[in-house]
Amino acid sequence: MKTIGLIILRSLRQHLLSTTITALSIALAGGLLMSVWVVKVQSQTTFTQVNTGFDAVLGARGSKLQLVLNAIFHLEASPGNLAYSDYEFIRRHPAVKLAIPIAVGDNLRGYRIVGTGPELFSDVEYVPGRKFTLATGTLFNPAAKEAVLGDFVARKLGLHAGDTFHPFHGLIYDEKNQHAESYLVTGILAPSNTPADKVIWIPLHGLQTMAGHDPRAATDVSAVLIQLRSPTAGFMLDMMYNKQGNRLTFAYPIGAIMAELFNKIGWFDQVLTLISYLVALVSAGGVLVAIYNSMAARRRDIAILRALGARRRTIFSAIVLEAAAIGLLGMIAAFAAYAVILTGVATVIRNQTGVLLNTWAYNPVMLWAPLGMIALCALGGLLPAWKAYRTDIAGNLAPVS
Amino acid sequence: MGAFVRPIAGLMSLLSITALQKSFRSPEGERKTIVDVPAFTLAAGQQLALRGESGSGKTTFLHLIAGILAADSGSIHIDGRDMAALGESGRDRLRAESIGYIFQTFNLLQGYSVLENVMLGMAFGAGSDQTRAAAMLDRVGLSHRLKHYPRQLSTGQQQRVAVARALANHPKLVLADEPTGNLDHKNARESLALIRETCRENGAALLLVSHDPGVLASFEAVQDFSALNRADQEAAR
Repeated sequence: MKTIGLIILRSLRQHLLSTTITALSIALAGGLLMSVWVVKVQSQTTFTQVNTGFDAVLGARGSKLQLVLNAIFHLEASPGNLAYSDYEFIRRHPAVKLAIPIAVGDNLRGYRIVGTGPELFSDVEYVPGRKFTLATGTLFNPAAKEAVLGDFVARKLGLHAGDTFHPFHGLIYDEKNQHAESYLVTGILAPSNTPADKVIWIPLHGLQTMAGHDPRAATDVSAVLIQLRSPTAGFMLDMMYNKQGNRLTFAYPIGAIMAELFNKIGWFDQVLTLISYLVALVSAGGVLVAIYNSMAARRRDIAILRALGARRRTIFSAIVLEAAAIGLLGMIAAFAAYAVILTGVATVIRNQTGVLLNTWAYNPVMLWAPLGMIALCALGGLLPAWKAYRTDIAGNLAPVS
Repeated sequence: MGAFVRPIAGLMSLLSITALQKSFRSPEGERKTIVDVPAFTLAAGQQLALRGESGSGKTTFLHLIAGILAADSGSIHIDGRDMAALGESGRDRLRAESIGYIFQTFNLLQGYSVLENVMLGMAFGAGSDQTRAAAMLDRVGLSHRLKHYPRQLSTGQQQRVAVARALANHPKLVLADEPTGNLDHKNARESLALIRETCRENGAALLLVSHDPGVLASFEAVQDFSALNRADQEAAR
């Protein structure tokens, strides 16, 4: 075994260039495969679990998914407004534990300004047992032009408690649409790894009455975030708003609506998975070709080793194990590729949603992808190994006299 | 014509060949007998030179003895075991354990250090022994070159590595095929002396084939391969 190890090591070194190139292609394939898998699984679990402490969202008639994306994830446009009386009604409904209104429609250099009530910070556990807390400063005064910033947006915009800013109208940043009002930053939230991190929170009233907003809609809200007393209440309200009513949409349960989104884009990660399988197959083929093509150069070494007493099966094993070793080296590097790809993807997702993926959480793919890739490479080594097995000693120990 | 030398009476023969035959199929499809040796013996520790021209089948003869090629018929007893009766992996094992082989072109493994080359000469038999490998390289005067690679050595030094490798595994029999064919006169003389001395020191018998009169002249016992081999010389390659 020690001898086979030496033979493999020397052979890898003798064919350093092709070893490196094939190992790198494997690293890419393995990194891609693991990344696609982890992003798929992680984003699915993360986004179907993120509800920032709410069970349901009530909003204008439209798509439930759009409502959830807008109200919970602060993505997409708002499907429209609902009257303050609708908020009052649901707030008083016996099945509802807590109802918090939000209003959207302004931004600060692309980051959303959301109007809401202080109870979002005092009453809501965004994950069980954890409430939003301030890292610095104090909460806004609901009657003043004050703002509390999520940790992510505060860092991105470089704003601190005591700074002031002028909001911009609309959800998309356009420097021509600046409001005249000036807001004072009173505090920065501690990071929560939820979409709340990328939001600028101001009092509900402030957003409703921002200069230039339609005064007739000054009491309207964009959506109501709801905590229910029981799951059955959710189905009851679903029946009431969505089946019997036709004016509003009640999005419940949030996790199931997000899962639907992932089902809709499921074809996309199927394509990505298929591509990474193909890349894996091609790179295992690369191992085969690389070793196979070097057989002519190896034949003399093989004949010499055989002449020294090495058996055919020793030579065969050495080639198969060499192929597996290239796979192993590649998969070690694949974790580096994985780290790079996932850091990039996680940064994009964090920028877009404020949600941080757990990039290094254990996923079974980190075990089966390396093992599978190494096995695939060993499989690719079989053909050249067979050729090596069949190498004629006498004919390759030139010259014959 | 060299004298036919019989093993010294009373000494048990190390190598004993009877009715050994090997033929190949030519590209034209004809079967051609290359080796047809009715009888040949070599005593333990004996040193014998075989005189043979290029294409006389002497390399094939050595390959048969080493078990690199399988015989068509006949027997090759080496130290009590019949090489011709063994399967391929049995021949590999017997070769690894009992035979050292020295080639005209040295056949060193270029990707391995000098020390590793010698250790690989033992690896498939009793197993690698670094101390022994280093001692053998010291014996051939290369103790300062252990970590060097073959291409960093002169041809004379390369052949000395090959000699150390052939003897590292305590072989009973050393086969040398034109070992000085690629060396200049001075190196050839030194290399030949080294092969003979180290074989003697290690108690190995030496069977050397050559067509070089200078080499043959230095041996006390020389045989003509053409006298030994009944195969049609025209047909031999």
